[in-house]
Amino acid sequence: MAVISAETVPVASEADIVTVRRCVRESAAKLGFSLVDQTKFVTAASELARNTLIHGRGGQMELATLNGPRTGIRLTFEDRGPGIADIDLALRDGFTTGSGLGLGLGGAKRLVNEFEVKSRPGEGTKVTIVRWK
Amino acid sequence: MATTLNHKTSNLGSIIAHHRDAILHAWSRDMIGSTRRNDLMKESELQAQCQQFLSLLQQATSQGSNIQAPAYDQLRDMLTEISRTRAIQGFNSRETAMFIFSIKQPLFTAIRESLGKDAAAMAEEIWLTTEIIDGLGLYTTEAYIKTREDTIRRQQEEMLELSTPVVKLWEGVLALPLIGTLDSARTQVVMESLLEAIVQTNSKVAIIDITGVPTVDTVVAQHLLKTVTAARLMGADCIISGVRPQIAQTIVHLGINLLDITTKSTLSDAFSIALQRTGIKFVRAQKKESVE
Amino acid sequence: MEKIPILRMGEFLLVTIQVDMHDRLALTLQDDLTNRISETGAKGVLIDISSLEIVDSFIGRMLGNIASMSRVLDAQTVVVGMQPAVAITLVELGMSLEGVRTALNVDAGMELLRKSINGHEEMEYGSYFR
Repeated sequence: MAVISAETVPVASEADIVTVRRCVRESAAKLGFSLVDQTKFVTAASELARNTLIHGRGGQMELATLNGPRTGIRLTFEDRGPGIADIDLALRDGFTTGSGLGLGLGGAKRLVNEFEVKSRPGEGTKVTIVRWK
Repeated sequence: MATTLNHKTSNLGSIIAHHRDAILHAWSRDMIGSTRRNDLMKESELQAQCQQFLSLLQQATSQGSNIQAPAYDQLRDMLTEISRTRAIQGFNSRETAMFIFSIKQPLFTAIRESLGKDAAAMAEEIWLTTEIIDGLGLYTTEAYIKTREDTIRRQQEEMLELSTPVVKLWEGVLALPLIGTLDSARTQVVMESLLEAIVQTNSKVAIIDITGVPTVDTVVAQHLLKTVTAARLMGADCIISGVRPQIAQTIVHLGINLLDITTKSTLSDAFSIALQRTGIKFVRAQKKESVE
Repeated sequence: MEKIPILRMGEFLLVTIQVDMHDRLALTLQDDLTNRISETGAKGVLIDISSLEIVDSFIGRMLGNIASMSRVLDAQTVVVGMQPAVAITLVELGMSLEGVRTALNVDAGMELLRKSINGHEEMEYGSYFR
């Protein structure tokens, strides 16, 4: 499976979350994703970007367009923050209103086709998601 | 026998160059016999394809025998295009593949003419050629199959759209009669059509009729729940009608929680409730005394 | 800094969200709205999200917060115009939008607000999302 193109977007401020949404939307639209699929994917990206900013204390997103037998987009969110101590717990649904500790990972996972989290306390976090057309 | 692959294959390129006309002639003749479909393709068109193929093959083989290599890109692209159009034109897979395979015999004849005196070289060349042609033949078949699969998928999508008609029963009331099994793909399409229709018709109530759905298991129930939840988020609500006694039993046995979604056994009961909710009341017309 | 305009229509306040908001803008809206409700004594708030193409958990929480805070100030909130793709995504995300009432459009939303204010009706079936 080949990576057709890749770009990196810094996630260091709130404005960057909006940039992430715009970027992902553009790519998904260009590849011809359906409106619902676009919306799901952009929303997942928004969730993960916010995590990177707030919990990860800033990082970046890499967007890669994939080809090969299937067409899709892969997003990789990476930060050098405190990391996630208990990934299973983080994946469990648990939105709380207010400041909320819910990382929204479980929700984001349901919006995409492939989902992977790599994280260790003190070693940062890397979340990769893929949506196929 | 230390000669390299590339060295051997460069022979095929020049062999084709030398015997080009003879190869083309024999190839066409063989195809007419076995797989020619006059009804589907004109003679001149076929000839043009053969010539182009042979030229590309000549170029590609002079650079090696690995058909995945860049040298073979143009050739593979041509084959993809040929397979695609043949699939659409109505050739079957055998006829499509034979376009390639029927070139073997003419090539072997040409090889024999060129290398007949050197048995070892001839054998090597024939083997390499077989590998190349077989590889290209398989590639053609794969491309053909993909085109067919794409067509089937597109037809399935079209059928899905046709089978999810949303009906406007009254101002503000929609009905979605579901027929057949509800799988994931189908439910997505159904959900989206219904929600779109709600927005476009400004309908506050949507009746989902499942009379035509044979079984309701947890998966189906979940899909229905998601649809109703989404509709509510948008400001509309759903009533589920056509709930047969067996389905009611299944739902209880499986422990499915339908939240507070209203369910009715008949569409007419559901319609009645829907009208109430949209504030519509039907009044029987008065009988007129004959005045004339 | 840009702000989302809050219009006054009689007893109601109308907010139309048309931009892709960044978090701070959303928080500012929350503040502004609660202040305006307090100042004007408005009984109802209508939030039109028909142009919003993305509602993630943050925006969802904001809507929930606005509904809660308004209620404390004795005002009802109705969110109108959610796009189908957004609704589908929110369901998948598992967002419950607890306590947020919804309607198809501004007209339906106004009607809902009027009814609930006049008759103190707690909910009209179909437009209160639980």
